[in-house]
Amino acid sequence: MKQGQQAKADYKKLQKKHVPKKPVLSNCIKAFLVGGSICLLGQFVQQFFIAYFGFNDKTAGSPTVAVMVFIAVLLTGLGVYDRLGQWAGAGSAVPVTGFANAMSSAAMEHRSEGLVLGVGGQMFKVAGPVIVFGTVAAFIVGLIRELVTKFM
Amino acid sequence: MDIDITFLWAFVVGGAICVIGQLMMDLTTMTPAHVMTTLVCAGAVLDGLGLYEPLIKFAGAGATVPITSFGNALVHGAMSEAETNGIIGIITGIFEVTSAGISAAIVFSFFAALLFRPKG
Amino acid sequence: MPLLGKQTWKFNSEPYLLATAAVVGPKEGEGPLGEDFDNVHEDPYVGQDSWEKAERRFFEEACERAMDKAGVCGEQINVLYAGDLLNQIITSNFAARQLAVPFLGVFGACSTSMESLALAAMTVDAGFADYALAATSSHNSTAERQFRYPTEYGGQKPPTSQCTVTGAGAAIVGKQGQNRPRITHATIGKVVDLGVISPFEMGPAMAPAAADTIAQHFQDTGRTPEDYDLIITGDLARIGHKLAEELLEQQGIYLGDKFKDCGILMYDPDQSEVFSGGSGCACCATVTYGHLMKRMGRGEFDRILVCATGALLSPMSSQQGESIPCIAHAVVIERGESTWT
Repeated sequence: MKQGQQAKADYKKLQKKHVPKKPVLSNCIKAFLVGGSICLLGQFVQQFFIAYFGFNDKTAGSPTVAVMVFIAVLLTGLGVYDRLGQWAGAGSAVPVTGFANAMSSAAMEHRSEGLVLGVGGQMFKVAGPVIVFGTVAAFIVGLIRELVTKFM
Repeated sequence: MDIDITFLWAFVVGGAICVIGQLMMDLTTMTPAHVMTTLVCAGAVLDGLGLYEPLIKFAGAGATVPITSFGNALVHGAMSEAETNGIIGIITGIFEVTSAGISAAIVFSFFAALLFRPKG
Repeated sequence: MPLLGKQTWKFNSEPYLLATAAVVGPKEGEGPLGEDFDNVHEDPYVGQDSWEKAERRFFEEACERAMDKAGVCGEQINVLYAGDLLNQIITSNFAARQLAVPFLGVFGACSTSMESLALAAMTVDAGFADYALAATSSHNSTAERQFRYPTEYGGQKPPTSQCTVTGAGAAIVGKQGQNRPRITHATIGKVVDLGVISPFEMGPAMAPAAADTIAQHFQDTGRTPEDYDLIITGDLARIGHKLAEELLEQQGIYLGDKFKDCGILMYDPDQSEVFSGGSGCACCATVTYGHLMKRMGRGEFDRILVCATGALLSPMSSQQGESIPCIAHAVVIERGESTWT
């Protein structure tokens, strides 16, 4: 079988004929519904903390995120979050619950390699990029902001 | 009245940010990790431009729950430290505000690894 | 002359496939072929404390059952050809330790079943073994955690994905074997890569290799599709299978209804998260050694061509942006006058 550039280009065309298109519209609808619901739940949790625990708008964010993370980790541990993820796509991956699922699924999975090298060493396997890039982006944005405000 | 509207916007804005993520996943070859990374950076940039805080006022958890708020919080931490401690504050302040999310994820994930077995 | 054409081996003594065994996990047991496996395990951990140990148990059990059925004990096995998907083929290494037989590890990814069977037949035919054992395994969770994501991760898989089969297949090849099928030819595949990059499109990546090997087989042997009752690929699944069919038609080879795929047969499309079909070393192995051998025994087929397909990538090669090189090995199994249960 020829494997040159022309053969590869022809095969790409052939694949387009047979590879099914992703159901983008229905994926977006599911992502919207699940993502919106998770955020709505977060809103309820936040109001709950403000009403009953004396937090205010600014400080309620931290305990709210902690509760959302707890719920996501519990659902991951019970083996439910991955089913939700297949259905909801970005709807369950984009909220901070997706971050918690990435961390806890990796931690659970690598338990067989021990607590230190397995759980400890592999916990950030999937979620690491978010922390790295978030930090680097914040540093660059912060630096630019500082320099701009200082010199303008 | 105010509270009711915020609940609606929390749902709509949160859902919309997820739809943006879904479109990135479906229309490009980006993996979920790539999409989350892009959204976190977007949150940082939006806060740098002063646009994310108004979104939080308007949509509440619809803006604080998606991963974009991580980027926003990291920049906030950097900026508020920079105000008190100058340019070095950018580095020292970054994790001040996000510590709840990351700490919670680390601690709960550790206990999950002790208590639960993956079901495959 | 044992070499036919460029890549095909003709086994003049036509070694016997003395016994085969197929052991699978719960999802495979619930599929349309559930009744045709030797054993179905409801617990994917098989009582072990890691996924890797579980896969080892599947492998060992398949080998033990095959040896039992053939009436052959460990000491009589002259060589074991085996491989699997895991780094350093650890499943096969540790199982070989437990079985204590002379061992040659092979890596063909999901083409390992036919690669090992071809080697086993060649070794017996050439007189270097009285009894040769060919075995392979795969496990959905070990493949997921090595190649993709932790098993509880909520990432969304596209419809082109496939579901790695949890299970193991083993075959014993020998010189004498009344009333058993015989292995007559094997076509050894070349590595073919037409530029598919995504590890979620394995079927499309492997289709060109399958088409190449099948076409080469016909060319080397001078045979046509009419000489076979069934031509079946390992794990191209629904999308890859259509692509292979078209690639063969472009070369003037029309297989029609005789052309099937183990990955498509393995699961009911309604089962959860099976996507475009099954994959993994155990896919071709368990379907061939379980389902197809039963049907051949009932007289449904006289001669079949089994073409196992493998994607020779590593988790790192994907991340480094490389495309996926693939390979396919084909073996001819004939019933002769025999029937069996």
